[in-house]
Amino acid sequence: MLLRNAEDPALRTLAGYRGYGGYATLEKAYREMEADEVLKELEDSGLRGRGGAGFSMGKKASFLPRGEMQKYLCCNADESEPGAFKDRELMQRNPHQLIEGIAIAALAADAGHAFIFIRGEYDSQADILDAAVAEAYEAGYLGEDILGSRRDLELVVHRGAGAYICGEETALLDALEGKRGNPRLKPPFPAVQGLYGGPTLINNVETLSNVPHIVARGAEWFRGFGTEQSPGTKVVSVSGCVRRPGNYEVELGVPTRELIMDLAGGPAEGHEVKAFYPGGSSSPVLTAEEGLDLPYSFEAMAEAGSMLGSGSIIVADDSVSIPHMALRTARFYHHESCGKCTPCREGTNWTVKMLERVVRGEATPMDLDIVASVQENIIGNCLCVLGDSMAMPVGAMVRKFRDEFEAVITAAQAITQPEAVPA
Amino acid sequence: MSPVDGPGIVNPDLPVDIAVTEGRVPDRSPQEVPELHEVGCPDELRERIEGLMAKYPDRKSASIPALWAVQRLYGWCTPEGIRQAAAVMRVTPAYLESVASFYDLLHTDPVGTHKVAVCTNISCWMRGGDELLDAFRAAAADDPDFFVTGFECLGACDIAPMASIDERYFGPLEPGEAATAIEQLRAGADVLPEKALEKQPLPGGPDGV
Repeated sequence: MLLRNAEDPALRTLAGYRGYGGYATLEKAYREMEADEVLKELEDSGLRGRGGAGFSMGKKASFLPRGEMQKYLCCNADESEPGAFKDRELMQRNPHQLIEGIAIAALAADAGHAFIFIRGEYDSQADILDAAVAEAYEAGYLGEDILGSRRDLELVVHRGAGAYICGEETALLDALEGKRGNPRLKPPFPAVQGLYGGPTLINNVETLSNVPHIVARGAEWFRGFGTEQSPGTKVVSVSGCVRRPGNYEVELGVPTRELIMDLAGGPAEGHEVKAFYPGGSSSPVLTAEEGLDLPYSFEAMAEAGSMLGSGSIIVADDSVSIPHMALRTARFYHHESCGKCTPCREGTNWTVKMLERVVRGEATPMDLDIVASVQENIIGNCLCVLGDSMAMPVGAMVRKFRDEFEAVITAAQAITQPEAVPA
Repeated sequence: MSPVDGPGIVNPDLPVDIAVTEGRVPDRSPQEVPELHEVGCPDELRERIEGLMAKYPDRKSASIPALWAVQRLYGWCTPEGIRQAAAVMRVTPAYLESVASFYDLLHTDPVGTHKVAVCTNISCWMRGGDELLDAFRAAAADDPDFFVTGFECLGACDIAPMASIDERYFGPLEPGEAATAIEQLRAGADVLPEKALEKQPLPGGPDGV
């Protein structure tokens, strides 16, 4: 659905997109539909946010207060979760699908101003979006009095400048307001008080890219794909130790094994899957035994103690050292912690230091208990979930692969600490 | 006036600011909004930033785009460039400095013209990202024209291990290709044309929906 025709480079242009029927839904929505009808269709579809939290998109939109006031829509294109690269593909190959989705969602949310907050590293994708937005203005799909509907929509492509935290929705708002990207205290939630203090709907690129399809063919049709609690398709980024890393669009609920072993080709000859992150680097890792036979859906991953997150699978085969992977993960969150909340700022720092001691052989098994307790003290104690995003996967790795951590400590000790010389 | 003479330092009890003693601070306090006529802002930059401010309901939203404009013009966010942007935006240089220092892609210290960011995050690390970074560092050596750095996930794990070279993505790269890329940059030639992200096909997957 979302990646259909994506191999055609002409899809990037307005003419190419319209050639495949693009913008017909926008025309239908702006000419024939009331905002409430569009909103109801989105709510009934059960579409869950594709950015990480998996919250119902329609419900989120319905939280915005009614009435005459300036409301905003922000498309979160700050995709910075390690392992995720689906939004990049969607913007790069089909920018108009996103713009059409934004325009229709803005109608439902009664927003007059929309922004695409794209991470600064995605420079060529931002150029593609800029060109597509200019074309859409030219064609009258954006701007004032769209298609004679007396509705206006301004859309601005806003480039970030390199900070994972800006994917957190309130940090994104601060960055968009021209500040350092620090998360805000919630509540108030952005739907009530967001950008410039106005009600704001924030949705991920893939979520918004689904919108034209749902409004075109109806909620019932959309619910025909996926599972009861995870309707629709999902563009899944599969990477790490697999032969064909890439984005694969599947119905939610397909066996995880199919994604990793069949579509992505599984690990290289002679290797086996040891563990994988099912939903980006913030999701607790699952061992092959736990996870390969689960359906790939929001509910199945939650039941297994992990999460579907942004839908990004990182596969570690038997050649990967889990303690080193834990350190690599912790370093990322340490670097990206904005420093506002103490448990995250200090917790990520000390986790990195302790894991470095582990791989250097300077730790004892007791230190692993301390690592675990630091993780427990981060979770739920910060303004946003960046700290939790380290604590959950690192905590899971220490718990599930404790033997391997102890073995690494012992092995490193044998190298770095030769037997004491008698006095 | 002590400890350091200058119109902006009014409290003699304040500790010495190292930025002042190193001469990195211009002759005016960063706490005031500079006047446009005193900063020598090129017209091109002023027009660019004014255009950016007009796109937003609040002019401060143009901070990051304005700093991008400064960096594109001067190669990095120079103190002079930040003052120029601040004068146009009617904000303090300190405010823009605080924003610039928060973000990884905005440089508040001089960097080389060619920027190479090698991803060393999980998926690239598994496929040799660290070795690739070493290879780029060795190839660029001490050449001040190059700014080679390890970077967190760039969102291109499908082409791991990868690098962003002058803001364009390339991968999957062999360590041996680092030297080729650096030579091509020196010669002003196309960089690794076959490894550009746009050349990579869609991996596929069922198209039944």
